[in-house]
Amino acid sequence: MKRILLVVAVIALYVLHQDFWFWSTAHPLVFGFVPIGLFYQGCFSVAASLLMWLLVKCAWPDHLEREVGQQENEEDIAL
Amino acid sequence: MIPAIFVFIYLAAVLYIGIFAFRQARGRERAEDYFLASRSLGPFVFLFSLFGTNMTAFAILGSSGHAFSNGIVTFGLMASSSGLVIPLTIFLIGTRVWALGKKFGFMTPVQMFRDRWECGHIGTVIFVVQAVLLVPYIIIGIMGGGTTLNVISGGAVPYWFGGAIVALVVMSYVFFGGMRGTAWVNTFQTILFLLFGIIAIIVIGSGMGGFRSAANAMLASPALAPLLTRERISPLYFFSYTFIPLSAIAFPHILIFCLTAEKMNHFKKTVIFYPLCILAIWLPCVFLGVMANRVTDIPQIKARQEARRVLATQGKTMAPEARDELREKAAGDDVIMLLLQRYAPLWLAGLLGAGIMAAVMASDSQILALSTMFTEDVFAFYGGKRRFGEAVQVHTGRIFIVIITIVAYGVALRAPETIFELAIQYAFSGFAALSPLLVAALFWRGSTKWGALAVTLWVAAAVVAVAVFQHAVPAPAPGPPLVVWTIGGTIALARTPGGTAVFGFMPVVPMVLGSALLMVVVSLVTRKPKQSTIAKYFQIQSK
Repeated sequence: MKRILLVVAVIALYVLHQDFWFWSTAHPLVFGFVPIGLFYQGCFSVAASLLMWLLVKCAWPDHLEREVGQQENEEDIAL
Repeated sequence: MIPAIFVFIYLAAVLYIGIFAFRQARGRERAEDYFLASRSLGPFVFLFSLFGTNMTAFAILGSSGHAFSNGIVTFGLMASSSGLVIPLTIFLIGTRVWALGKKFGFMTPVQMFRDRWECGHIGTVIFVVQAVLLVPYIIIGIMGGGTTLNVISGGAVPYWFGGAIVALVVMSYVFFGGMRGTAWVNTFQTILFLLFGIIAIIVIGSGMGGFRSAANAMLASPALAPLLTRERISPLYFFSYTFIPLSAIAFPHILIFCLTAEKMNHFKKTVIFYPLCILAIWLPCVFLGVMANRVTDIPQIKARQEARRVLATQGKTMAPEARDELREKAAGDDVIMLLLQRYAPLWLAGLLGAGIMAAVMASDSQILALSTMFTEDVFAFYGGKRRFGEAVQVHTGRIFIVIITIVAYGVALRAPETIFELAIQYAFSGFAALSPLLVAALFWRGSTKWGALAVTLWVAAAVVAVAVFQHAVPAPAPGPPLVVWTIGGTIALARTPGGTAVFGFMPVVPMVLGSALLMVVVSLVTRKPKQSTIAKYFQIQSK
């Protein structure tokens, strides 16, 4: 279930990148000078970082490192 | 000239780092140490060097130049989509490649493909295509170096000489320092250009009298207001661009960098902070590139705007050659440096120029990757290592570095394209279309070497086809595309002012989808590798 939710979150963020709703307007100017389309995409980058944090927390492939560590231990013992 | 002196001091510093790394590695003339820093990079160096190696001249000069001509859309096109796709591919693919590299001793992607699909010469074909696609990326660095030094020195250092200096410095520290030197230099460079964006935006903003008035003035101008929106770019084109960041993980230098981490945990910071690093560099550069359009007291910027205006109003009646010439004049790859020259104090312009130079010189990892690939995938594979030993292999790698740098420099002197176009059209699209190779190798038991060959040949053919098409059909003037082929009233193929459109998409979309389809279809009808080979790869991932 956790994995499905993460996949959905990734797809949702990808879809949110196509922000056609701010396509033809610069308004409002955030802080008085940043067009809304640019501000949105800046926020999108922050959201991408948060999603990556979530992936690292909830779906980190620990088994890969364990497997490598196990092999290195076996090699050390063999030596 | 004072800013140029700062840049030369910076160049001396990176050269010293390379030589220092060489001294550190003395007595360890092993291929794994020279090409992979003995797989020992810590989390901090791994994050900054991996990020730095992916940020070329393109990140600062290309992005601001593209934003100068196309507006704020540049950030959404390339930066924010990269902030999602690149760390995701590092998370999914980079970690697996790291584990397989540690377990089986791979030093290049082709070594992994050869083992995974039990093939020899097909691996060589993949090597050739990767190498040919990587060279333009190296050229970007040299072109950016030439442009940067030329502008920073106020024209005192000619383009050809600036490019030669950059090529020589990069070649030297890669030659001596190998992966360790390159990673340390990249870390130093990344810190510099992360600081660059923040300082540049403060200095130029206050020099322009604040951005608020500039933004409002642009909104009031019918010619400039569209640059604050995305209405000049079609949503299909915008969507197409999200395929381009798939190239990052398929670039051999990125994959090879993934093999240098000491522990897999070091990927965590890279994955999380990658989008924020992109934000810190691209947002200021794109914003400043857009705002440069409001500057009225820099003659070179006025000249570029005038060229753009003539192109838009009279371009349709011009000869293709005249249009191309005007397009080059309108390109804004140097606008950010012109802004610095105008608004920053001399000493600060010098420091910031060094920051730009740091981004420009990120071609070091590509040069090293090509050398690693040549010595491992060709020299060692065809018996050179066995016959001559590992020390000769490292020497061969160093000679290769010299040759490839000279070739790239020669091409950079003749290449007429802007930095941005050159990168996108060839290297990025080609590598994005090679990414299904990695996905198939790591996640699909049923993939075969014939599927891999089909993908590789398709990518080579598609890149050549796009290049030939764009050469044969000159770019039209700004405005509607030139329709070349329609199917049932739908435009199938068109030449746009910036490139090619296939059913409205950039060529990268059909290239990636075609690769994926070919991998599936060809693999389904051809013989699979031995069960023991497949088990070797999928045992490690399924636990």
